[in-house]
Formats: sequence, C-alpha cells, structure tokens
Amino acid sequence: MHVTSQIREPLITGGKTMADVSEDLCRQVEGKPSKSWIVAFTVAVSVLTIGAISAGTLLWEGVGVWGLNKTVGWAWDITNFVWWVGIGHAGTLISAVLLLFRQKWRMSINRAAEAMTIFAVICAAMFPAFHMGRLWLGFYWALPLPNTFGSLWVNFNSPLLWDVFAISTYFSVSLVFWYIGLVPDFATIRDRAKNKVSKMIYGGLSLGWTGGAKDWSRYESVSLILAGLATPLVLSVHTIVSMDFATSVIPGWHTTIFPPYFVAGAIFSGFAMVLTLLLITRKVFHLEDYITIQHIELMNIIIIVTGSIVGIAYITEFFIAWYSGVPAEQYAFINRATGPYWWAYVSMMTANVVSPQVFWIKKIRTSIVATFILSIIVNIGMWFERFVIIVTSLHRDYVPSSWAMFYPTKHDVGMYLFSFGFFFTAYLLFSKFFPVVNIAEVKSILNTDGEKTTD
Amino acid sequence: MSGKRFSVGIFDHEDGVKEAVKSMRGEGVKIQEVYSPYAIHGIDEMLGYKMSRLPMASFLFGLTGTILALTMLYSMMGFDWPMIIGGKNFAALPPFIPVTFELTVLLAAFGMVFTFFVASDLKPWARPRMYDTRITQDKFAVVVDLDANSKSKDEIDTMLRNAGASEVNAKNFN
Repeated sequence: MHVTSQIREPLITGGKTMADVSEDLCRQVEGKPSKSWIVAFTVAVSVLTIGAISAGTLLWEGVGVWGLNKTVGWAWDITNFVWWVGIGHAGTLISAVLLLFRQKWRMSINRAAEAMTIFAVICAAMFPAFHMGRLWLGFYWALPLPNTFGSLWVNFNSPLLWDVFAISTYFSVSLVFWYIGLVPDFATIRDRAKNKVSKMIYGGLSLGWTGGAKDWSRYESVSLILAGLATPLVLSVHTIVSMDFATSVIPGWHTTIFPPYFVAGAIFSGFAMVLTLLLITRKVFHLEDYITIQHIELMNIIIIVTGSIVGIAYITEFFIAWYSGVPAEQYAFINRATGPYWWAYVSMMTANVVSPQVFWIKKIRTSIVATFILSIIVNIGMWFERFVIIVTSLHRDYVPSSWAMFYPTKHDVGMYLFSFGFFFTAYLLFSKFFPVVNIAEVKSILNTDGEKTTD
Repeated sequence: MSGKRFSVGIFDHEDGVKEAVKSMRGEGVKIQEVYSPYAIHGIDEMLGYKMSRLPMASFLFGLTGTILALTMLYSMMGFDWPMIIGGKNFAALPPFIPVTFELTVLLAAFGMVFTFFVASDLKPWARPRMYDTRITQDKFAVVVDLDANSKSKDEIDTMLRNAGASEVNAKNFN
C-alpha cells in the first residue's frame, strides 16, 4: 500500500493531477518555442560560432595558438577539462545515489541534471581531444586498436589512458541511464501527439513502450542496477581525473588526498551548475510546482556540505605540505597562496569555502535570487580551484631560470567559449524537444488519491 | 500472444487496480497484463510474476567484462609488447584495476540494457499493441484475454466493473 507521511511537505505542489502533469511537462515539447527560448538559443549558437573560429584555428595551426610555454605546459585546456568533468558529476549523482538512498525529491530534477551531465562530459572530452592536435586521429591513438606501429599498444599504466576509459564509460552509461528514463515519457508524448511526424519520431524514440506491469518491473530493476553500477562509476571518474595529477611527482600535485577531494569538488560544482540551469528552466517553463523551494533548499544543503568538505581539503593539503617537511612541497603551497597567483587562490577560497557558508541561514538558502548568484559564484570558484592547482604547481619550476607566468591567448578563451556554446545549445535543444522533468516518476509521487492512499 | 479479443477495464487510481487484481485473481480469472502510467510497486507480485533475472544477466555481462579486460591488459602489456615504463613490472595488477573496473561496468550496464530491450521487445520500429492511449497519461488498465479464460465476456466485464473500473472497453486485435 502507498504510505504517505503526514509530516513531510508534498514534493509536488499545486494539487496536480496526473493529467496536469502530462499537460504541464509536455507543453513546451508540443508547442512553438517561446520567445525567451529563441533569444537564448540565438545567443548560445552565436557563442558556439565564435568559439568555432578558435577551434578551427587550433586545428589548422596546432596547439601553439594557446598561451602555453615550456614551463606551463598545461593550463586552461586541462582546467576546463577538469571543470566540465566535475560539473558532469551531479546528474548521475542525483539520479543514481539519490535513487539508492530512496530520496524521492530527485524525481523533479534528475532528468535535467542527467542531460546536463551528458553535455558537460562532451564539453570535457573536447579539450583532451583538441589537445591531441589531430582530432580525427584521437580515437586511433587513445584506444588499444591494432596499429602499424608494430602493434605498440597504448600505455595502460598511465592515468591519462585510465581517463579515456573512465570518461567514455561514464558518458555511455549515463547516456543509457538517461535514455531508459526517457522511454516512458516518449511514449506519453507519442500518445498525445496530434501530427504524424511527431508521432513517428517519438514513437521511434519510445521503442514501443506500452506501460505493461512486466515491462515496468524490468524497468525498475534495470534502473536500480544501473544506479548501483553508476554510483561507483561516478566516484571512479573523478578519482581517475585526480590521478592525472596525483600520480605525478610534481610538488602540489603529488597528494594522496586528491581523489576524495576532487570527488567532493565535483559534486559541489555539479550541484551549482544544476541550480543555475534549473532556476532558469523553472522560470522559463513555469515549473514552480515541480521544482519547489524545498528542492532548491535540499540542493543548497548539499552545496554547503560539499563546499565545506572542499574547504577542509584545502586546509589539510596545506597542513600536510608543512608537516611533510619537504621544502619543494612547502614552497609550492606558500607560492600558491602568496606568490604571483595569490589572486586566483583568494578567489578560490572566497568563492568555494567562504561564500557557501551563507547557506547556514535558512532565509538565504530558500531565496531564489541568492541561490542563483551563489551557484554562479561557486562555478567561478571551482574553475579557479583547478586553475590554481594546475598553473601554480607548474609555473615555478625546479630551476628558477625556467620560472614563467601563463598568459591566456584569445584562443584559450575561444575554446572555452566553444564549450560553453555547445553546452547551452545542447541544453536548450534538450529542453525544447524532451520533457525536462521525468513525467512518469513525478506521477508516482503525486498524492492525488488523498485520503485513500494514506494509511 | 494467444487471444485476439480482450476486455479492458479502465481505472482511475492505483489502489483500484490493486484491489481488482487481487479479487479477480482470487476468483481464478487470468489477467493478461496491467498497464499503468508509472511503476506500481508490488503489482508484479500480485500478478504472480517471477522476479526479473536481469540482475543475473548484468552480473554475467560484468564478469565477462572483467575477464575480457584482464585478458586484454595482460596479453598486451605482458606478452605482446612488454615495455619498460619507469622500471616497473611489465604486467602488474594495480595499474590495471581502473581499466578493468570501467570495462566491467560498461559491459554490465550495456549487456543488461540490451537484455532488457530484447526481453521487453523494445525497438524503434516496434508497433506496440496499445489497449488504450490514455495509459501513458493518467489511466490504469487491467486487460483480460477472453480466449484464455473460461468465463464469458459479460461475466468478466461485470467483474471488472464491480472491482471499480470506471469503464470497460472491448478491444480486438487481428
């Protein structure tokens, strides 16, 4: 029997019936795009086009168009990569981990968060792919394919190769997880469709879903197992990303705290990006009854928890550098905080550690404006975190004669814009053609039966 | 699918469906299938469905992934082209763990999902038998195959109505 707690607030407000849910969530899929959507889409495509100029230049000229030098051989490119992968962690975390913990509030936000994950991972993968210079040979070099170098295989001892496997697995499993969740909703759209074309397209996408109990039972076990598989997967991905640094012997990178610290940071930035996107989506598509203040508050609580974990990691790292007694390690950290990049360190500390603490105040964590501003600050802060870790650990090499600063060129900025343009273009297309909230799951948590279901 | 004539009882609530399934199965009526807009928890047991074997499929695919990955890693790094990297062993287990884990998860997930598609006959070109298009919106349907039951259509329709169906429709398929 369905048991409804009397104490908890309903997750979906406004007394919606199942018919209302279908209607509300299919509206933007079926209707003409709204003015605000068209404006946003135009901006996104413009940014993508501007970025494409840089991407094209990069392919034509080579990675020399970036501001890298022989001391700082990794800078914006890998910063952006780690930043996007981090953002790509929230979606699967919301849908998988919260499913295992039976947190029903995930149901209003998991669809959009998973879509965000998929696009963010594509954005992330873009950077190492472009960094290889010859994009079209990337797969050939990165995968263990038979080749004409005497079958010289890829180096399986390298964390960069682990990354190839981790990210491609993460991407494809997330995609499948997302798609499985979409199947019943595509069937809903198919059965509502008035014209032949959308009936055909959504009919194909729905794979002939009928909603039979047998299929639902299988669907539930598939979701549960995918969640069980995706949970260690999501943790493994950022662990492996952190090993790109941690397994090296560069002072400032060679740190065993990196895996948990990176994972916490990833969840932190991922939730911030989910909030940024969902607050806009909620406003534009009028989803106030589906994504309620309660959802926003719960996500803000996760932000404060993970933000504090990240803060503790920063301090621990500093302490251990001092405690290790290794001069190079100590110098790397002192230089990080007080050297020429002090401003990046201060931005990181303020944005990631200090600013989320305001969410201890209920009034602020339930305020939409404050949440929106904070979510953007956190994203900026997390970008700086990666920049600080990468650039400050490299720019003062072992020999002072090779000390250097990193100055980004317009193509560094351009590639970053390219990824942003792609991300928002993809997200906007998703929000127009796919239901942004999981229709079937939301129907299951409506309390429309009132007294009858409460026992 | 055996029969061609069906009685489709339409229900407005999840609870009504559960009660109908319980009472009708109690009276020996064979229910073809129950359709709902979302997963009704516990309905599979009421209908007497066995637990899905998808977890087992997933495990076996995962195991295949583990074995494949380790075989690939050891044969490439240890035998086919051993390379000295940092003076380490040619084939050591620790650096092979990440790739092995990822391939295990990849095969477990994809194998299970494809098994699910095959088992439930989900494919883009499928032409599903829809008993009512409102099922994917806000109605629940209890479908009874008339040829599989000894009771007459009227008896079954009455039973569905008594169980709380808001309407009972006849549906025939060729």
